[in-house]
Amino acid sequence: MELGSRGSFTDLMGKRPAFDEIMGMTGDTPPRAALAALGQWLEDTPDDDLRRRQEAAENTFRQLGITFAVYGDTDTRERIIPFDIVPRVFLADEWARLSAGLVQRVEAINAFLDDIYGERRILKEGVLPEDLILGNPQFRPEIAGMRPPHGIWAHICGIDLVRTGPDEFFVLEDNARTPSGVSYMLENREAMVRLCPELFRKYRVEPVDSYPDRLLETMKSVAPHGRGQPTCVVLTPGHYNSAYYEHSFLADSMGIELVEAADLVVDDDQVWMRTIAGRVRVDVIYRRVDDDYLDPLVFRPDSMLGVPGLIAAYAAGNVAIINAPGNGIADDKAIYSYMPEIVRFYSGGEAKLPNVETWRCREPQALQYVLDNLDQVVVKLVDGSGGYGMLVGPTASRQEIEDFRAALIAEPHRYIAQPTLALSTVPTLADSGLSPRHVDFRPFVLTGSKGVQVVPGGLTRVALKEGSLVVNSSQGGGTKDSFVLMADDQRQTQSMGGMTQSQGFRP
Amino acid sequence: MMLSRTASSLYWLGRYIERADFFARLIEATVRFDVMSSRPAGEVAWSSALAVTDTEADYAAHGGAMTQTDVVRFLTVDTSHPGSLIRCLDRARNNAKAVRTALSREAWTAINRSWLVFENRDQVGDTQATLRLVESVKNETRGFEGAVHQMLRNQSHWFIRLGQAVERADNTARLLDVKYHILLPEGEVVGGVVDRDQWTTILQVVSAVTAYRWLYSDGLRPANVIDLLIASRELPRSLVASAEITVDILGLLAERTGSHGEADRMARMRASRLVKTRSGEVIASGLHQYLQAFIRENGQLHEAIGRQFRFG
Repeated sequence: MELGSRGSFTDLMGKRPAFDEIMGMTGDTPPRAALAALGQWLEDTPDDDLRRRQEAAENTFRQLGITFAVYGDTDTRERIIPFDIVPRVFLADEWARLSAGLVQRVEAINAFLDDIYGERRILKEGVLPEDLILGNPQFRPEIAGMRPPHGIWAHICGIDLVRTGPDEFFVLEDNARTPSGVSYMLENREAMVRLCPELFRKYRVEPVDSYPDRLLETMKSVAPHGRGQPTCVVLTPGHYNSAYYEHSFLADSMGIELVEAADLVVDDDQVWMRTIAGRVRVDVIYRRVDDDYLDPLVFRPDSMLGVPGLIAAYAAGNVAIINAPGNGIADDKAIYSYMPEIVRFYSGGEAKLPNVETWRCREPQALQYVLDNLDQVVVKLVDGSGGYGMLVGPTASRQEIEDFRAALIAEPHRYIAQPTLALSTVPTLADSGLSPRHVDFRPFVLTGSKGVQVVPGGLTRVALKEGSLVVNSSQGGGTKDSFVLMADDQRQTQSMGGMTQSQGFRP
Repeated sequence: MMLSRTASSLYWLGRYIERADFFARLIEATVRFDVMSSRPAGEVAWSSALAVTDTEADYAAHGGAMTQTDVVRFLTVDTSHPGSLIRCLDRARNNAKAVRTALSREAWTAINRSWLVFENRDQVGDTQATLRLVESVKNETRGFEGAVHQMLRNQSHWFIRLGQAVERADNTARLLDVKYHILLPEGEVVGGVVDRDQWTTILQVVSAVTAYRWLYSDGLRPANVIDLLIASRELPRSLVASAEITVDILGLLAERTGSHGEADRMARMRASRLVKTRSGEVIASGLHQYLQAFIRENGQLHEAIGRQFRFG
């Protein structure tokens, strides 16, 4: 095959397994009208040129040390997450609809948490089965009755979305604990602006670099009442954690201290950090530490990590913890299937962003259906993450399917299943040239005392293996920049698309 | 106000990068000593490199031959030797990682680049390869030093510089001590060609050959070299210059934290004594003994710094 030639682009992109976000629906059609200029850019730019830019970006990432460690990997060297040079693009009106759905969902998550650890109206009214919550390991009885400053629980949410058509978006997963990936959103954009400046002349892209300012503003807004200039910190498990780069990146770009548990001490229900000149009081903690390791007096007593007394200080209202302890109950995969009901209960309207159809294997009928269709569905552990403990039926071996069948029969309550979706693709630079690869998307939603906002951008993950639907970085996934186009520019872009077509894009 | 842990990491970062630089310079010098010695007297050069880094016992346990290939490998790329150059850079990088927020992007990149010099490397190779390796380490540490000078003049900057200054004082004392360990080849006399060459090499290691020519017009004399490396305030790597910069940095930190302490007093006493030191008295009391006492005192200052900033 000729690399970098027009022929290879058409050949490879012609075979599209699903809706392509730049090229459109399956078949040999021109790019989506609004993205014609981007399609043209892909066709005009030789693969070698794209590859050179991609390598330059990855070199920068390596030098900056934007690395992650893979759990369970025998090779403990640090790796970078592969970066793909072709951006994924959202049109302004698509984004406006998505944002409305995200805001509604995050408001519901916050209301749900406030209710579950407070009055429990949703249980009293029989919307959710009680044992699903109270018997769930993600439910933290220790937290019940405590209320975070300003009543906000999920300050930073990452909502994982998939797409199957121009207007078909589905929520795959909610992340209301410590969603990661925002540093990639920012670093990928830095790389794109530097390496593909011409794209930013063709399209007016919403900037994402205000994220650290918005986050700091959110943190300050939820400080306990009466703190003039609150002291905010980022709490990290330390530099051996796989997401450490992001922790330091965020602290750095907000200009606040990055602390470890050993730097904090609780005295008389106040949190202090140890400095070279003595103690300084801490008002807001953005923790990137799991609940289990937050406070050994309340959660895991065997934990060497954690700040003894932190939860007592929190209960006394003297410190804000972002995100609030106990949030796991809102993004648990078993709860996920009830999100449409949860959204309806708190917002009074239908969910603007639908869920992916989900079979709860704890229900006998659903279990039977899943067992009968194991080669068609995706099975997930309710308490798994990062693509571990997951079966993708259509691509699994006979042995893998039988292993899951046995596991499902043994412990059905631990699993949910979903249909295999024809996930959308975006052209991606593969070894053989630009080819369609499946993607998902994680936008970031911030909630402070002044309301909910969606940052115009996010993390696009791409499955680099041909045909693969698994986008997790631990499983060979990569990332792309995600453009959100500005509203006023869109008409202009569309007319450019029209021009390209009338000039005979097709022979 | 800066976290005590952050201060500790920055300080150690400064120390380790400075030490990596010293190792590179020491190896460069030893290659020269080796070349100048008559075989098999070259062994003396390599055992002296081990002596000044306090690693003779470790090397004996390690069981390598007293040759350039083996000793250089032990001092540079051997990850099983906790004092090797790569382990220094590893520790520098781990400290840098732990305090990334306190570092500028350029400073971090410089450290990471110096670490990448050793990626996938477990052998050094011949003399040419050895000199190339130490040259690239020196380039990267110089890059780091440049980046540190571009940093905001805040506590982060001063703690890195403090670590550098304390380590540099130690390293210069050790380097000067090389002359004590290296005997002259048989038939050579004090003040002879080889003796002069050895002193010249020591000057080269501290980038001071030209400086020496500027300051002393009466040719190469050991007493002058000792004066220069111990008591010359103009030479940045001299003991007195390192001692004075330590005093200055501690003063700047005290301004920000609002209090002076034990380390300030020790550093000031040491600096004022060094200014008055002359080679005559040092030589009379024994250069080796003088340098060993200095290294011990520097270690006590290091401990006082840890106590003063609550990271000891």
